Amino acid sequence: MSEERLSLGKDLVGLEHLSAEQLQMILDTAEPFKEISERRIKKVPVLRGKTIVNLFFEASTRTRISFEFAEKRLSADTVNISSSGSSVVKGETLVDTARNLEAMRIDMVVIRHGASGAARFLAERIPSNVINAGDGWHEHPTQGLLDLLTIRDHRGPLQGLKVCIVGDILHSRVARSNIYGLRTLGAEVAVCGPRTLMPPSPEEMGCTVFTHVEEAIEWADVLNVLRLQLERMEGGYVPSLREYNRIWGVSSRRLEAAPRDILVLHPGPMNRGVEIDSDVADGDHSVILNQVTNGVAVRMAVLYLLAGGQPEKAEAAKQGAES
Amino acid sequence: MTAKTLLKGGRVVDPSQAVDDSLDVLLVDGAVAKVGSDVVAGEDTEVVDCSGLVVAPGLIDVHVHLREPGEEHKETIATGAASAAAGGFTAVCAMPNTDPPIDDPAAVGFVVAAGRAAGLSRVYPVGCISVGREGRRLTLVGEMVDAGAVAITDDGSPVMNSGLMRLALEYAQAFDVPVADHPEDVGLSAKGHMNEGIVSARLGLAGKPNASEDIHIVRDLLLAELTGGHIHLQHVSTRFGVESIRQAKARGVRVTAEASPHHLVLTHEAVDGYRTEAKMNPPLRTQADVDAVRQGVADGTLDTIATDHAPHHYDEKEAAFADAPNGIVGLETALGVVLTRVVGEGVIDLPTMVERMSCQPARAFNLPGGTLTEGAVADITVFDPDEKWTVDAAAFASKSRNTPFDGWELRGRPRRTIVGGRTVWSA
Repeated sequence: MSEERLSLGKDLVGLEHLSAEQLQMILDTAEPFKEISERRIKKVPVLRGKTIVNLFFEASTRTRISFEFAEKRLSADTVNISSSGSSVVKGETLVDTARNLEAMRIDMVVIRHGASGAARFLAERIPSNVINAGDGWHEHPTQGLLDLLTIRDHRGPLQGLKVCIVGDILHSRVARSNIYGLRTLGAEVAVCGPRTLMPPSPEEMGCTVFTHVEEAIEWADVLNVLRLQLERMEGGYVPSLREYNRIWGVSSRRLEAAPRDILVLHPGPMNRGVEIDSDVADGDHSVILNQVTNGVAVRMAVLYLLAGGQPEKAEAAKQGAES
Repeated sequence: MTAKTLLKGGRVVDPSQAVDDSLDVLLVDGAVAKVGSDVVAGEDTEVVDCSGLVVAPGLIDVHVHLREPGEEHKETIATGAASAAAGGFTAVCAMPNTDPPIDDPAAVGFVVAAGRAAGLSRVYPVGCISVGREGRRLTLVGEMVDAGAVAITDDGSPVMNSGLMRLALEYAQAFDVPVADHPEDVGLSAKGHMNEGIVSARLGLAGKPNASEDIHIVRDLLLAELTGGHIHLQHVSTRFGVESIRQAKARGVRVTAEASPHHLVLTHEAVDGYRTEAKMNPPLRTQADVDAVRQGVADGTLDTIATDHAPHHYDEKEAAFADAPNGIVGLETALGVVLTRVVGEGVIDLPTMVERMSCQPARAFNLPGGTLTEGAVADITVFDPDEKWTVDAAAFASKSRNTPFDGWELRGRPRRTIVGGRTVWSA
């Protein structure tokens, strides 16, 4: 049998160039890994002996911890580097940081960086596997994947589902990864928000555009509500948070008018009372905490696959650990 | 002792005299002595066989960055002049955005002296419009011109203050030098790293919209019309910009304008993959803009082709896209790229190329050269219009290698660069 095996390649820098089969493979591989986190002893030896560096040039709590749990539950050895206190602040370039890590013979790098393209930049220059944990406004592929998995858990196959991303699309790596992943898997994608926070050509990216959130709610099966970065107000993109909430905020009152039972996602951290009201965040529509739980499983799946694991052996790899 | 050179049997292309014929060119003591058939060489004459080659008035690049003083790790006046010579350029105009900037007569004198010391292609200084390039107060334009400046500009930055630009366009008329501007409304574009469009949307990079350039072009045209001054618009990249200049020329506004080789052949798609070697300002734009720039060069709206040669050290380009500086080197690829992709694709013919790269730059900036009339300075470019070659950035005479054309297969390359009758470079 010389049949070409489906793989992710060396790195995961984005969802834009992944095929439907590759996306499906990651989501399917995440399924067996979900259970590990429910065990009393949350550890399997899938990545035993692998060294992983979590290289965070930008502050992150949720994503970094999620990756760290995923790595530790798969028994990898991990090191965290954050920009404060690292040689980066002493003027070392990204490429030198990468080469130094490489010289210490690491297996994988998880990188979060403020510049779009930083993960790809690193991936092209070192032989280790590189996982993008968010690069500038570009992509946040594991967030996109956990959103896909959560939607699939609750609404079944994504084909034909209508998903609207609400908020600051322009500056959002979460939006881009969602748009690429959802469209590849056959969902219809819309974006909604003030024009100041839209990318230059959302239609060319295959998205329907809604100016008013009521129209989006009328249309959608799923809303993915993005965090409004508070600095957008200082940048003048929106005049006030209060006005943003009044016009684009997702509230129960607005959801009650929807023709369907809408699923509400949010990548966190939330600004309650700005882009999302508390009664929505804590209510029946919300699957926000399911997203967080799925995040660990999806990241385990990505780590496993990039380390050369085979999707159909994920269950066995996991079971083998228990004996 | 007299120095005599006879360029024998080449295709002499001199649009300034509407000449395009197989002729000989005799150079005596740094000047063109005779252009004609079967010119007989005396015993003391060096004869250069130019059969199969084009002999043209020397190429002139009115827009280069030679980085000296202040950034000698990228380029020096000497290496920049060497790069010019190797690219077939007999003269270049050095932009003043150095550190310190060329904003007073002494600094202008430094560039003149360094250019002479290099002894290769001619290096003409361009002085700043504003002191320190700060956009507030006019420089000593008259004294800078006396010291050798051939134009003024704050290039690298636009002149945002319209009042200052008006003063510059008025004041410079006393010295008959063009006022060159990098047209960009930075309020619209300052955060941008590439053209605003579908590629910037996909890559998650902040964009510079066409409007940022268009607004500034229109403003400069209005100010030139108001003052009667000579505005020279640099590296025009937008379709509306080209059309605005076309209309202004029809109204009789004193405007000259450049197209850069990269804006004639590359679109913003070249940035995909975060390729920092395709990062420049103005950015590469859409195919519709490229088509308009080509049309502008064809009909003379954009009368000059200039490279905006902008060397950067490889460390500086080896960075995340947003952190990399703008600009590419252009002197050693310009002729080949234009011959292959602009002349070769029928946008302009070869004499028009010589017009855009030699005759018109000389006229626009009041420089010697740009013609082979008898008595003219003997600045001559000899090139093979058919030679096939592959761009190898590692072999550049420039100190820097930041080019999106590395590895391109081109047709047409320089063979001999003659400055003041002296061969300063030959293949």
